[in-house]
Amino acid sequence: MRTAGFVVLLLVVAAAVFGAARLVDNPYAFFAGYVVLQYIVLATAWNILGGYTGYVNFGTAAFFALGAYSTVALHKLTALPLPAMMLAGGIVSGAVGLGTGYFTLRLRGTYFSIATLAMAVVVQTLITNWSFVGGSRGAYVVRPAEVMGLDYVQYLFLLMLLLAVAAVTIARTIERSRLGTGFAAIRDDEVAAEANGVPTLRLKLVATALSGGLMGMAGAPLPYYVTYLDPASGFSLSYAVNTIAMPLIGGTASWIGPVIGAVLLGTLQQVATVTISSALSLLIVGLLLVGFVVAAPRGIIGWFGK
Amino acid sequence: MDLLQLDLLGNALVSGLLLGAFYAAVTIGVSISFGMLDIVNIAHPAFIILGSYTAYIANTTLGVDPILASIVLLPAFYLLGVAIYTVYDLAFERRGDASIRGLAFFFGLLFITEVTLVLVFGVDYRLVEAVYVGPSISLGPIDLPLRLLVPALVSLALIGALQVFMRHSFTGRAIQAVAQDPLALRLMAANPTRIKRIAFGLSIATASVAGAVLIVIQPVEPSIARDYIGRVFAICVMGGLGSFGGTVAAAMTLGIVESLTATFSGPSWSPAVAFGFLLLTLALRPTGLFGRS
Repeated sequence: MRTAGFVVLLLVVAAAVFGAARLVDNPYAFFAGYVVLQYIVLATAWNILGGYTGYVNFGTAAFFALGAYSTVALHKLTALPLPAMMLAGGIVSGAVGLGTGYFTLRLRGTYFSIATLAMAVVVQTLITNWSFVGGSRGAYVVRPAEVMGLDYVQYLFLLMLLLAVAAVTIARTIERSRLGTGFAAIRDDEVAAEANGVPTLRLKLVATALSGGLMGMAGAPLPYYVTYLDPASGFSLSYAVNTIAMPLIGGTASWIGPVIGAVLLGTLQQVATVTISSALSLLIVGLLLVGFVVAAPRGIIGWFGK
Repeated sequence: MDLLQLDLLGNALVSGLLLGAFYAAVTIGVSISFGMLDIVNIAHPAFIILGSYTAYIANTTLGVDPILASIVLLPAFYLLGVAIYTVYDLAFERRGDASIRGLAFFFGLLFITEVTLVLVFGVDYRLVEAVYVGPSISLGPIDLPLRLLVPALVSLALIGALQVFMRHSFTGRAIQAVAQDPLALRLMAANPTRIKRIAFGLSIATASVAGAVLIVIQPVEPSIARDYIGRVFAICVMGGLGSFGGTVAAAMTLGIVESLTATFSGPSWSPAVAFGFLLLTLALRPTGLFGRS
């Protein structure tokens, strides 16, 4: 299928999702749906680096929270519309991704992973000590009641839906381009790829910047969604765990894997959080992650097809 | 610098050194698993917190000294390590696919351990009671709190014992050999998988003692494992992967820098110190400050 046709198809699916959510006519549908969509973006973004090039990022929470805190800062300074803030959050996180990658991607993949863990704590400490964005006390963001006649939560849902369409389109386009071939070469044998003239460092930097940028964009609307943001919730480890678990459970080889993982795990957690408890739902995610990497290394999509 | 500042500096240096000895005990398990076996066990700090909680249970329900309890519990932690390695070996090393999924496996274990501890014990800070928790010895202007001194001595004893084992026993030498050349080890009629299993068991066993000294030094709650991930890997990399002497030197350096930061800039900055150190080490000298280049 051509990319144009694929985008049209995705937009039709997105329109159907939005229409269905409006039919349910329950504000909770939008609240829960927003989280699932946010995880589609995060899981897809993680997979661009983790699944395609084989570099594991443990710092999702940092990229995500940087996007959210860019919005908090911009909200205090200006009156930009939210899509512009999302772009700004994406640029900030993308730049941090580029910087982290530049320093650590020359090393073995393991060091990159450890560095991303470290980066998440450094960024969290900086934000906690930065009183302009609320410091450790957190920041309140007043959410407008509506935008252009649309309820604001529905507006957030719609923006995240469009971002999810964009993220999935980017992932699928990469898979089918020379860039994707280069990424796969890095994942399979980096030394051989380098020897064959693949510009490995440059490709890895493209992947980190793109992946980090998308995570930042996913985080940017968060302050308006929660209306109160503190470092502990913005940098929660559950973002990192979910974002790794979803692609690995769905399957990392193709764009559909993270989407399947995000929809399944995201929905499961929304249900389990309401019916059981949020701690237990996180435990389920951890157990599923370990279970899948041990027993089903190719994820759910490995059960179908070749 | 006036006299008061000098006092502060002296105290900060001493408590940094003591803290550093404790950091070395926290790191020694990772020096074995990551430094020697090339297994990126990022869940190690979570097992240390588990060690804190087992010492806490022994202390509060049976009234046993926490450090003594942790020594009694060494075999249990060793067996836990053997069990984890057995799964890891079957699922990842045999398939030759240890990178992404292996990392995700340990990340999952970290998370499961933390959430389980939260579910069982809640997020309250827990403390232990022992004769050495309160008092301190004064050497002129310098205070030596026993709460730091005893853990530092226990930590150094643990590392010393491991060092003797690695140098002088057949198994210890085989562990050092498996890090360098598993094939040669096989030719010497030793089974690399068995040696690695023992070594990984030992690395998790150290978490029992490290956890007990941790809860003597500071109150513990499940999520503080994360603060130690950065410290542990920073020290391990700075110490030059797998070198015990390097680990102790790097741990003491970090302990002193952290203690100075906490004294002169405030404790809210100290988590960033370890991670900043790690990022700088990785960027500038990935073979470690004390490693061979």
